[in-house]
Amino acid sequence: MTISKTLGLALVLGISATALFAADLRIGLQEDPDVLDPDQSRTFVGRIVYASLCDKLVDITPELVIVPQLASGWSWSDDGLELTMTLRDGVTFHDGTPFNAEAVIANVDRSQNMDESRRKSELSSITGAEAVDDLTVKFTLGAPDATLLAQLADRAGMMVSPTAASEAGVDFGLNPVCSGPFKFVERVQQDRIVLEKFAEYWNADSINFDKVLFLPIPDTTVRLANLRSGDLDMLERLAATDVTSVKEDGSLQMEQAVSLGYQGITVNVANTDRAANPLGENSAVRRALSLAIDRSVINQVVFEGAFAAGNQPFPPTSPWYNKDFPVPGRDIEAAKALLEEAGFPDGVTVEVQVPNNPVQMQLMQVVQAMAAEAGINIELLAKEFATLLSDQSAGAYTASQVGWSGRVDPDGNIHQFMTTDGGINDSHYSNAEVDGLLNSARVSNDMATRKKDYDAALAILQEDMPIIYLYHQAWIWALDEKVQGFVPYPDGMIRLEGVSLSE
Amino acid sequence: MLAFLGRRILIAIPTIILISIFVFGMQKLLPGDPVLVMAGEDRNPEVMEFLREKYRLNDPIPVQYFTWIGNALQGDLGISLRTQQPVTELIGEKLPVTIQLAIMALIIALSIGIPAGVLSAYKKGTWVDWIANLVALSGLSIPNFWLGIMLILLVSVNLGWLPASGYRPLTDDPLQSILTMLMPAFVLGTGLAATLMRHTRSAMLGVLRSDYVRTARAKGLSEQVVLIKHALRNALVPIVTVTTLLFGELLAGAVLTEQIFTIPGFGKLIVDAVFNRDYAVVQGIVLCTGIAFIAMNILADAAYRVLSPRMKDA
Repeated sequence: MTISKTLGLALVLGISATALFAADLRIGLQEDPDVLDPDQSRTFVGRIVYASLCDKLVDITPELVIVPQLASGWSWSDDGLELTMTLRDGVTFHDGTPFNAEAVIANVDRSQNMDESRRKSELSSITGAEAVDDLTVKFTLGAPDATLLAQLADRAGMMVSPTAASEAGVDFGLNPVCSGPFKFVERVQQDRIVLEKFAEYWNADSINFDKVLFLPIPDTTVRLANLRSGDLDMLERLAATDVTSVKEDGSLQMEQAVSLGYQGITVNVANTDRAANPLGENSAVRRALSLAIDRSVINQVVFEGAFAAGNQPFPPTSPWYNKDFPVPGRDIEAAKALLEEAGFPDGVTVEVQVPNNPVQMQLMQVVQAMAAEAGINIELLAKEFATLLSDQSAGAYTASQVGWSGRVDPDGNIHQFMTTDGGINDSHYSNAEVDGLLNSARVSNDMATRKKDYDAALAILQEDMPIIYLYHQAWIWALDEKVQGFVPYPDGMIRLEGVSLSE
Repeated sequence: MLAFLGRRILIAIPTIILISIFVFGMQKLLPGDPVLVMAGEDRNPEVMEFLREKYRLNDPIPVQYFTWIGNALQGDLGISLRTQQPVTELIGEKLPVTIQLAIMALIIALSIGIPAGVLSAYKKGTWVDWIANLVALSGLSIPNFWLGIMLILLVSVNLGWLPASGYRPLTDDPLQSILTMLMPAFVLGTGLAATLMRHTRSAMLGVLRSDYVRTARAKGLSEQVVLIKHALRNALVPIVTVTTLLFGELLAGAVLTEQIFTIPGFGKLIVDAVFNRDYAVVQGIVLCTGIAFIAMNILADAAYRVLSPRMKDA
């Protein structure tokens, strides 16, 4: 009996093993990535390519726990000023350069000191790096930094070949050399990025494709048509409006994960004299606008229920979400009362700029209609995104419908926006108490301590409300039914370990 | 003929200089800061200042213009701010793609538009004329993007005959390349075919009423010879004019068509470059397109002289 069971199992495994065959995987992207240099790139979509091309020191699980990747382990000194990492043995870069402590040090140096580097602020806490031995590296920090590991789980922790980097310099992105499961073959801008399997990859057994092709297809309808016609095996960022039709299609499957980011309305509270208006000067008006909005209806009407309603920089599923302030229901009477209390019994008129794409426009039209019922008359100003961003940063706006792609560590979603000197604090919001709490939260490595600080800061922000949070986008992937083993992650990346095509 | 061409090319030079100033100036008038786009989500001020210096965006605008035009004269159009590829390389990569699309679209437009125009003029007032007019009107009224998406759904998703989008270089696999380009070329070509058909029809109607056509018929020439050899050749001059003007429409149409069918050509390059404030790329492409347009017009003038001996002295 046991023997026949074992035989049967072996037979089943044998069949399923032959059914899996090495092949090419074609992935449809929403945009064409920018330069393929982890130290210089800035787009979300570029990171999707890196997930196959460049390994990082550490990675995350879908639950956002930091796990080893190129670093096999790490420890913090008691004062939080030293991080010692042991490195995986036997790893090489695509050009044969060995991966070791020296390579890590060269990478940190490049991220911190190359003029074009966009990673400087992410690694600013590191003041020194030394090789303890060939496979151990010790980072010295100027001040404790709880966000560092999360930074090393993204572009700042991606290891590029020091040999290739020093040869190519700033042009490294034209022919990137890393140590990930696939190596770079060619790129035709706006058409394709081709990677092929790296045979010496440390985890090569889990990789089931000879080649991966990333094809940028911006139009969501055309991207889906390509998946349906078999020209793609999977695509990222399926439009929420296509969710129903994909679910009904037996030859397709769908996966989704609520993102780490948010979308909301950023209010100018002190950025130039444009802040001198009822919405900018009066937090009660902002709270009234927030109460006038039915966030779950927005999710249903605009996003077919595929996203998550939200009222904080972290989604309600996040461990950092402050449960004392659940997503509020709509309360027109309370909104009117707040307006009256603030001295605007006849209502107010506010101008909100919005990116000129159909989805964001639709979102704001719904908000406009909801706010009108509470006496808040919203005038929409549609702008092309680069212009909107430029006006926002210069303070030439009243309120702006924008979002943030999100970071693994909570600090990344809140500190730069809400502290007085924050680099992207376009509201020019300033509150000494919030500054203190957010600065304290970023230096402790104890989750409970950090949570207490964030909870306290979020409580103040619910009152002051320089950003009215609306919803959290979900990453939605559509896949051919043949694709197996794909795991959705909240960072929106496509990790190909364990993914295969079956016949 | 050579002297004529030389003269036309000399006249074109000031035009090209004006185009370059115009392109550069328009670009600077665009709202939105390229450095802000380049800096990434977290906008590090140190990096932004470095980029401003590197791309000389702090220089006065006339200085920026002369730096650019000076380099352009030496064949250096700068590098893409977004991907760091040299602009000349990008143009060299994308130009053949759009030329292939344009030529295929033009072939489709000419082979539908001219015969339909001749036929509907010849059969004026009959059901043939009515159908040709109806088709032409539809061709003019149906927007490219709608026709494109409908074709993708029908031909690629439902029937599975042609690839839904993308591009294969001609040198890579000629047959596959032409098949992939067929749908976009058709979408682009039909709109132009309609315009061509209307112009051919009216030009032919004029010519068919003229005395020499009556004479040719009186001589007992066959209808075919009268139509093709006597009438059409004389009707071709306005048709060539229209075709040259259509070249502009072809490029403009390519912007949309390439976007729908994800063809990595000129049109897609310029749209992405504008949204990313990739100045060097936008300037390079518009300059190239301007020069191509002038070249097309010079060629058209030369073609008139070949078609109509009367224009030799013009």
